[in-house]
Amino acid sequence: MESVIIDKLKRDKILDLLKQGKRLDGRALDEQRPLIIETGVIPKANGSARVKLGNTEVITGVKIQPDKPFPDLGDKGILICTAEILPLADPHVEPGPPSEDVIELARVVDRGIRETEMIDLHQLVLIENKSVVGIFIDSSVIDSDGNLFDACSYASVSAVLSSTIPKYDIKDEAPVLVEGVTSKPPVKTLPVSVTMARIDDYIIVDPTKDEEACMDARITITTNSAGNICALQKGGGDGFSVDQLFKCSEMALSVGTKIRKKLEQLM
Amino acid sequence: MTQLMSEDGIRCDGRRVDQLRNISIRVGVLNNADGSAYIEFGKNKILAGVFGPRDVHPKHMANQDTGILRCRYHMSPFSVTERKNPAPSRREIEISKVLKEALQPALILKDFPRTVTDVFVEVLQADGGSRCAALDAAAVALADTGIPMRDLVSACAAGKVADRIVLDVNNEEDQEGQADMPVAIMPNSGKVTLMQLDGILTSEEYKTCLQTAIGGCRQVYEIQRRALIERYFESGVQ
Repeated sequence: MESVIIDKLKRDKILDLLKQGKRLDGRALDEQRPLIIETGVIPKANGSARVKLGNTEVITGVKIQPDKPFPDLGDKGILICTAEILPLADPHVEPGPPSEDVIELARVVDRGIRETEMIDLHQLVLIENKSVVGIFIDSSVIDSDGNLFDACSYASVSAVLSSTIPKYDIKDEAPVLVEGVTSKPPVKTLPVSVTMARIDDYIIVDPTKDEEACMDARITITTNSAGNICALQKGGGDGFSVDQLFKCSEMALSVGTKIRKKLEQLM
Repeated sequence: MTQLMSEDGIRCDGRRVDQLRNISIRVGVLNNADGSAYIEFGKNKILAGVFGPRDVHPKHMANQDTGILRCRYHMSPFSVTERKNPAPSRREIEISKVLKEALQPALILKDFPRTVTDVFVEVLQADGGSRCAALDAAAVALADTGIPMRDLVSACAAGKVADRIVLDVNNEEDQEGQADMPVAIMPNSGKVTLMQLDGILTSEEYKTCLQTAIGGCRQVYEIQRRALIERYFESGVQ
């Protein structure tokens, strides 16, 4: 457990600066940390990305393989998105079953990609109700300095964009890999998640670990390329006013536009 | 596929777009819990029991500076059409977390250092919107313990069905509708303490949907209040 005295001092300093419209690392309130995206870092995966958002760093790998569809979704491919914080990423993380924070992280990242309908899952059916292509997107946080939601989301989207889908022929009602033939994933839109923290009455984009330690509440909003709001999750031990929630949605759209330009370059 | 809305704007369960399902709440339904409530919210049937503030086990979880709140949302194996594995799923763990964070702003835990308040919610039958109904019951059960609270917490979802914003999304609408937005507020301060969304909304729809959900929360609040008044002022028990 981190010392409360340090957190209080940090909080006072961070609040002091916010009143002047500044942050500890010199950013504007609605400014993200520098985002660096590198793809193809794991050649054995079908797609991969290493993303740095400030000092937060995530590696995501995409594995694509034939699978059985979910019983009630025989006309759709499978999409599974996970996230974990490796013990080497943070002194406070221990090996073992995932904590509720990690489960929330994985589910929020998954929801962003699923609800925006980034990938056209109907195009991943090999034999209806019997065999489909499964896309498994696994993110590992390897260095943590806050806002793991956005870092994992950008890494997952980048990894999907960089991936290639193997071709399968059907022989005796079973999929057989065709060597050397691949296609790009059927991407319909680019989800961009933007996480904001509320400290007192200030809303800041892309909080660092220090800022998260003294935030009152958190919100992650995912938008699509058409400017719609597609997924949202409020977190943290306090709430937001309705006006703040409206402001957050506008911030998510405006900040998201810049990130989306960066992701578009990977297409 | 079910038809979710008729041409004259009537929903698959016969409601108008701005109409809640039937809600009834009973307070103080369990003997051993310090506070409890039972809610029927449409076909949802949910029990909430609260223990505490009490000693923390395991001890290392205790905090010298403040009390802590724990929450467990659990669905009974028989609560849904296909039997649900009784082990907590990832969905239930996430919901437990967002419920805890929705209730926490209403409590004054600083006054109870080194203690825990445990909220247990059991979904006996689920029918869409169970997290909101669970939260409504949990807030009333917390009030029933007598622990100091700043405000109650009232929850209700809104969503988008057949291109229209509707109040209180039911199971069919959740499965086949276009968006689902569960929201909880503290009705006196107006603060939003739970909010999630899945589904695609324009900026305008997002705003309407949020306001619609808050309108629903306010109706739920009246039902919660009446349930508490009935328990403590009208039934003659205390």
